[in-house]
Amino acid sequence: MASYYSIILAILAAAAAGLVGAFALMKRTILAGDVMSHIAIPGLGLALLFAWDPLVGGGLTLFLGILIIWQLQKKTELSAEAAIGVIFASSVALGALLIHSDEALVDALFGGFKNLTPAEFAFGAGASILIIVALWLLRNKLIISLFSPELAISSGINVDRINLWYLLLFGLAILANLRFLGALLVGSLIIIPAAVSRQLTHSLGTFLTTSVIVSVLSMLIGTFIAMHYNLDTGATVVVTAAAFFVLSLFKKKR
Amino acid sequence: MQPALTALNIEVSFDGKNVLENVSMELDAGESLAVIGPNGAGKTVFLRALLGMIPYRGTITWAPKTRIGYVPQKIDADRHLPVNFKNLFAAKASILKLPAADIEEVIKIVGLNNNIITTSVGHLSGGEFQRGLIAFALLGKPSVLIFDEPTASIDVAGEEQIYDLIHRLQDAQGITTIVVSHDLSFVYQYATKVLCLNRAGVCFGEPDIALTPEALEKLYGPHKYFHYFNDSHSDDHRAKNHDIQQ
Repeated sequence: MASYYSIILAILAAAAAGLVGAFALMKRTILAGDVMSHIAIPGLGLALLFAWDPLVGGGLTLFLGILIIWQLQKKTELSAEAAIGVIFASSVALGALLIHSDEALVDALFGGFKNLTPAEFAFGAGASILIIVALWLLRNKLIISLFSPELAISSGINVDRINLWYLLLFGLAILANLRFLGALLVGSLIIIPAAVSRQLTHSLGTFLTTSVIVSVLSMLIGTFIAMHYNLDTGATVVVTAAAFFVLSLFKKKR
Repeated sequence: MQPALTALNIEVSFDGKNVLENVSMELDAGESLAVIGPNGAGKTVFLRALLGMIPYRGTITWAPKTRIGYVPQKIDADRHLPVNFKNLFAAKASILKLPAADIEEVIKIVGLNNNIITTSVGHLSGGEFQRGLIAFALLGKPSVLIFDEPTASIDVAGEEQIYDLIHRLQDAQGITTIVVSHDLSFVYQYATKVLCLNRAGVCFGEPDIALTPEALEKLYGPHKYFHYFNDSHSDDHRAKNHDIQQ
């Protein structure tokens, strides 16, 4: 029974990741997003230290990281990128210092939390559905502001607020996928399906759907292979997504 | 009647340095203002202040119920962005709750077709892209249209069509237009008012009266301004095409 819940959660979380990633790719904030997932690591360390739920610890540092990145994005691009690099490196280091057990560190970095609790399922499924619904509602404003922030402002869109919303949804997508992929790999499930989709599609609608489909397929096929051959789930999912990417390179881009 | 736009003693500074100062102007509804000046004179800064995108000192007053459409100079969009103008029009129409017929109307006004608006923005020519931006600005029936160098990335033939279109919008639809332009012949042909900027407001008024030799010299330096007339245009364009090839 528990495994059915796990599969449902995996599908929902992967779909949310694929959709968030598609917008990240269009917004060209995909690397900032990858860095963001690493900010969860010191949080996972804190959670281990104080025996909190990993989602609480990860969520806490992610939220702080989101606020910092949101502020940095308003500054000139170069200094923001440098600062994001610093945040990334120090997050991983801080996390490694906080997490003493090697096994726990590997779990935090590569995923593989055991035993899905009902509370975890409720959070993950709820967060994934929220992400998908919120992105659907925000899509018009997001599309105009990723095309041109100036045009968006002149059309009366509060670009600053949209950016914060988007980052929060991105953070939620990381949290929802954390148990499957770990803080180091979760960014890959956000980035790679979107990159595959961009290779294969030309129009907005098919780009968004293909990204979601590739993400869900990577998650399901990867998990199945991992279970069958007793491999690490997170790593297998990401390698599966990467295989889709390699295949997509064979398609000629117009 | 209240003017469409009044700007009084506008001053903008970045990092404590003034990039624009002492700019005042007034524009009536249906008029066409040309904003001219050399590169780095603060023309775009002035537009951004008018649009409320940057902080400024002084007062900017738009007539009540003014709706502004903005056509930026260039958009730094990703060439592979899977977005076309149909998506953008639909997004704006949905936010403003406009009927689909409004989209059809602006497409017709700027002379686009279904083939062009369903092509990804990165695959459009300079002229098609510019028309798309103008159509986007026209959605929601603005009373004021603001253009920043509308012909910067367009060849000669396309340039005249765009200027023609702007003039048509002003003439037939009574839209107040504000156009940043390098082209002095456009100013004499179409503008009812001209604002000359060179960090400070150098001149303002009707082109024939405001554009004195002294004002032009203050803007572009002695004897340089003839370069900006249409007569020597061919040179301009060779330079422009060269830029694009790079």
